[in-house]
Amino acid sequence: MENIRNQIKNFFLRILNIPFAFLMHAIDLIMWPIQKIIGVRNMPYIFLLPNLIFFGLFVIIPLGANFFFSLSSGDELLFAERELPTTKQYDQLFDCESYLNPNTCTEDFFWRGVYNTIFFVVFQVGLMIFFSVLTAVILNKKIIGRGFFRSVFFFPVLLSPVVVGLIWQWILLKNGAFNAIIESYGGDKVSFLTDPSWAMASVIFVSIWAHMGFYTLIVLAGLQAIPPNLYEAAEMDGTSRERIFFRITLPLLMPNLLVVFILASIKGVQTFDEIYVLTGGGPGTSTSLIVQYIFTTGFASSGSVQNFGLAAAASMVLGVVLLFLTLMQLYFSRNKESKHQEI
Amino acid sequence: MNFKFILKAISVALVSFSLTLISAVSFAATDVRIMWYGDGDKENVPIAAQIDEFNAANPDINVILDIVPYDAIMNTLPIQLAAGEGPDIARVTDLGGLNKYYADITPYVADPSYYEKSFGPFLNWYRKPGDTTSIHGFHSTMTVTGPYVNKTLFEQAGVDLLGPGATWEEWAAVSIEVAEKTGTPIPMAWDRSGHRVSGPAISMGAKYFDSSGDPKLVDDGLKAMTQMLYDWHQAGTMSKDLWGSVSGSKYHAPNDWWNAAEVVFMMSGSWQIGRFANEVGDDFDWWAVPAPCGPAACTGMPGGNALLAFNANPAVGKVMDYLSSKEQLSSFIGQVLAIPGHLDLQVDYQTDDPNAKHALNTFAGAVPTIDQVAFDLQAHVDNRIMFNAIISRLGQAIVGEMTMEEAWERMDEDVEKQLKEKYGG
Repeated sequence: MENIRNQIKNFFLRILNIPFAFLMHAIDLIMWPIQKIIGVRNMPYIFLLPNLIFFGLFVIIPLGANFFFSLSSGDELLFAERELPTTKQYDQLFDCESYLNPNTCTEDFFWRGVYNTIFFVVFQVGLMIFFSVLTAVILNKKIIGRGFFRSVFFFPVLLSPVVVGLIWQWILLKNGAFNAIIESYGGDKVSFLTDPSWAMASVIFVSIWAHMGFYTLIVLAGLQAIPPNLYEAAEMDGTSRERIFFRITLPLLMPNLLVVFILASIKGVQTFDEIYVLTGGGPGTSTSLIVQYIFTTGFASSGSVQNFGLAAAASMVLGVVLLFLTLMQLYFSRNKESKHQEI
Repeated sequence: MNFKFILKAISVALVSFSLTLISAVSFAATDVRIMWYGDGDKENVPIAAQIDEFNAANPDINVILDIVPYDAIMNTLPIQLAAGEGPDIARVTDLGGLNKYYADITPYVADPSYYEKSFGPFLNWYRKPGDTTSIHGFHSTMTVTGPYVNKTLFEQAGVDLLGPGATWEEWAAVSIEVAEKTGTPIPMAWDRSGHRVSGPAISMGAKYFDSSGDPKLVDDGLKAMTQMLYDWHQAGTMSKDLWGSVSGSKYHAPNDWWNAAEVVFMMSGSWQIGRFANEVGDDFDWWAVPAPCGPAACTGMPGGNALLAFNANPAVGKVMDYLSSKEQLSSFIGQVLAIPGHLDLQVDYQTDDPNAKHALNTFAGAVPTIDQVAFDLQAHVDNRIMFNAIISRLGQAIVGEMTMEEAWERMDEDVEKQLKEKYGG
């Protein structure tokens, strides 16, 4: 019986092998002359070429175009019709009597965006790390329904930012679900999204809710990588729980927390869509971040001049910040790898 | 089977294939793409029916109707056009702002004089400065800005509606009185739009242009109206929740509050009539009231939307002729309950709603009272720059990001900066 089964299996494998063999021969027909010309050692570049072409087409060329846009002026989109070169856009962006007071800057919306972004990133990332660690520590314990809770905390990460924005808008609006609960307990309605003093707190909260699951997962992986014998030894020595956390868990989690910090900072600086849906950047400009400034200046001017050059210059500034954060991430992750290798 | 036979067979197959391809291309219909935003099914269903009818009667032309959100018309369409893409025709409200992209369809329409006779004053709104002859399209509907009141709330409060000649201050006072007596949360709500602010500002004396006709936004009239709006927000006459819910120059309308009878007085315009007739229904009586007065005038802003061509060819001309014909326009306007942009059109409005009928009469009656400054402003190519400067800076002042003095200074700077970017210098 087993023999017959193997024969049938082999028969089908041989049939399936025919198209594969044909394909391989066809590829050989192309690759063989190339290999003959450039040599075996250079063949990896040929295999990387498709990816590099797409990377160049969709990343490098737009980056270059963006740079040239930032050095041009006018409301035309095509290069041939724009005034070039000029540093006018950068001059305009950085023209301030006092950088600490956006009202004194020519591009006050940009500087409001900068300050709002700094505020947002500091609080969002700080609180995100705190809650991610807290959640991961709890989810690392043997609690009932641990798998279920891990899924629950990760679920918001799967949602589109627009969906996140809309869901929380329905909850936080003045006539939304949350205010209905407050009212049912005799409280007054709160303008979570339209009062400047509440709006930023609301968007930070929503952003943490939406992204915390991802970072919790990274911290959880770090927690599970800590050797259990360290905890056993500490317990045998009668070390208190707090001391175990601050002297063993937290130091050994540091590399993961660093990754979380940098990734969350990069993501925080780039935040746009969920806030745009939630508050539209309002009230006034109190939740308007840099990316919204770029979007509005370049693409959503509602009939005003579409200032592509200024938007491009602002995005170059943003690009420098993101480059710095990315280099930091690369440095620390390589540092971590080399330490692991030393161990 | 010899080699010659194979060659012959291939040749015959190629020739047949080419002929099929050529005939298919020859008989293919010409595509005409229309980018259309509509105020819900109220506008989308009638236009779709007209397009279907046109396509059935003209097999050589295939009109494709792309129904898009209003935001796409305001923000995506200009980018498409700047990139050399875009539809053949679009329904546009920034009439002068896109004029560099409009195509002259004069050679392709059956009777250019029909357009001059029927839409004469509006054609200049689409033309580039100095151009007095081109035909780019036609006014789909004309609009007039003005206020509505919740008449049921006035009746419940025992407060009489004010008549023509009442001032903005008087309307604010009675709206507050009605709100207090009926427990309505919002006495007054306005569309968040610089265009909506402009009619009342002109009533207060705003001129918008200097003596040489160049934009000059801030003057005593504009200051008076924007200060009034600021004060109303601080005093609770207007809710900060509406204008505070977005930023910059983003448009936002208080329809949800209005439909829920949470607003006594709503400043919007004639395009809301069909929507109110559908959405408010029998819930309460609503009336359009004459534009409140200031020391200089009692005016709303004219406006509207036009179907404008970005490509000129015989197919586009034929579509324009069909949609702008008296028969089609009358049918469309009658269904959507709007004011026609056609100067000589009899419309049989398809409604029994007395509120809608009253509102149509009120807004149609307001057209002759529109101030000349309002017409000039509407016709100006850079009016959006001024509208956006007003609303974004006023919005910031209202939520406390700057004083009104700073906001006025910024409004002028914004206009100057944008014009410099557009025209150089």
